[in-house]
Amino acid sequence: MHIPDGFVDVKTAIAASALAVVGLGYALNQVRRELPARRVPLLGLGAAFVFAAQMVNFPVIGGTSGHLVGGALIAALLGAPAAVVVISTVLIAQCFLFADGGVTALGVNIFNMAVVAPVVGAGVYKGVCRLLSGRRGQVAAVAFAGWCSTVAASLACAGQLAWSGTVGWAVAFPVMTGVHMLIGIGEGAISALVFYAVVKARPELVNNTQALPTRSFVGYGLLVVVGVALFVAPFACPWPDGLESVAAKLGFEQAAKQSTISPMKDFGVATPLAGVVGALVAFGLAVFLSRLLVKNELTSTKTNAAT
Amino acid sequence: MSGIHFGQHHTPYAPEFRPTAGVRVPFAWLAPEWKLAVMLTLVVVTAVMPLTWWWWHGGAGIFLVGVAVAGRIALKPLLWRVLWLLPFVAGAALAAAWHGSTGPGWPTVAARGGVCLLTVLVFAAVTPFGALPGVLRRLGVPALLVTTMALMHRYLFVLVDESDRMRRARTCRTFVPKRRFSWGLNAEVIGRLFVRASERAERIYLAMCARGWK
Repeated sequence: MHIPDGFVDVKTAIAASALAVVGLGYALNQVRRELPARRVPLLGLGAAFVFAAQMVNFPVIGGTSGHLVGGALIAALLGAPAAVVVISTVLIAQCFLFADGGVTALGVNIFNMAVVAPVVGAGVYKGVCRLLSGRRGQVAAVAFAGWCSTVAASLACAGQLAWSGTVGWAVAFPVMTGVHMLIGIGEGAISALVFYAVVKARPELVNNTQALPTRSFVGYGLLVVVGVALFVAPFACPWPDGLESVAAKLGFEQAAKQSTISPMKDFGVATPLAGVVGALVAFGLAVFLSRLLVKNELTSTKTNAAT
Repeated sequence: MSGIHFGQHHTPYAPEFRPTAGVRVPFAWLAPEWKLAVMLTLVVVTAVMPLTWWWWHGGAGIFLVGVAVAGRIALKPLLWRVLWLLPFVAGAALAAAWHGSTGPGWPTVAARGGVCLLTVLVFAAVTPFGALPGVLRRLGVPALLVTTMALMHRYLFVLVDESDRMRRARTCRTFVPKRRFSWGLNAEVIGRLFVRASERAERIYLAMCARGWK
């Protein structure tokens, strides 16, 4: 999902960089205040892990790459603010030393993979944990969070490419999101497997209590919503957006029509439907995986209760 | 006793982070900040300029090849990296050519992508990873981010060490997996690697702090 140099125009780069700087600054501040000193090495270790995992990548049309993001896994292990810091670090190092992701696109990449992915991942993780209890619920939550975070990040990425005018929305959206709906299954499965292995071996490593404090979730959520409103909504929304309605009022809609990129109308009802079906399938797979992995939880709790 | 400096100024870096530890750095006389500045200028101007400035793109290309030759950068790994990353650029150029987009045409996208790619790779070849935390710190990046960056660099070696050790231990126990690839087994190994590495990571960080890392 790393966007190279020359693919995003100046307005997209500046808008996304501003959002990324706000998100990263907020996260750094929060981690510095709340993370105990003995957990600091875990940030570095998480970054090294994600860095190693992202070495494996392949091109997706539209000039970006497909690979593990790791945002949801790190958010489940260390908390969302820590995940924002960890993934940002990885992206900065990759950008300057491996030419993975452009220097001018660094803000865009940080916003997609280091802000959207961990925040969406942590939100989904928390929600599913409330829905399904126990270790099994946690594993299913990580798997589904992995899928959702990948798809959300790819959606933001497609929106930015389209907003820059590099690739039309009609190409960027189905290709990016379609491919990442498949990659997300792998991401979810790997996240859940690794999460379960770590939880089994050292449950105290996992930061369950503060995966995402509700207070800070408002802040991060707002940031993601602003991003979606900016990058995705103009293309995905069937209603005319603010700019279009202003153009219509002023009477130069016809002139603007040639330059607008094809909106959602071309897809009709099929695309949202495909999204919902995809999410349901991913959720089903996540629950199935958790049942497969965590086999004797019920029996063990029963015996515990009996004794 | 060479590691102890009484009454001397000493850097807060562990030996591994000293930029010039054991590797030949091309253009070592130039501070990494200046290298970064040159790289950023080249990349930003290239990414913004239209292709009618073809002399800029051509000039930048010639300059970069000159730097690579003058700095005696190993060309083979550089070319492999360019080859590995070119499909990403080509993919985008193809997408821009295929669908009538409103933005710049595919030649612009390809030229920009190619020149920027080469710029960053040449920069990376003349700047060791260990120099990056120091540069970030001097540029006023928050300490937590610098620490995470330095630890990431250090722990990559820890991960390699630990996974080697685990592999050796498995071989000693004459372990043969039933299937050649098993998701469960690999995840178990990765999870164990995280747990084992976290124990060493903590000791390394404490040692760094004891030597004055902030």
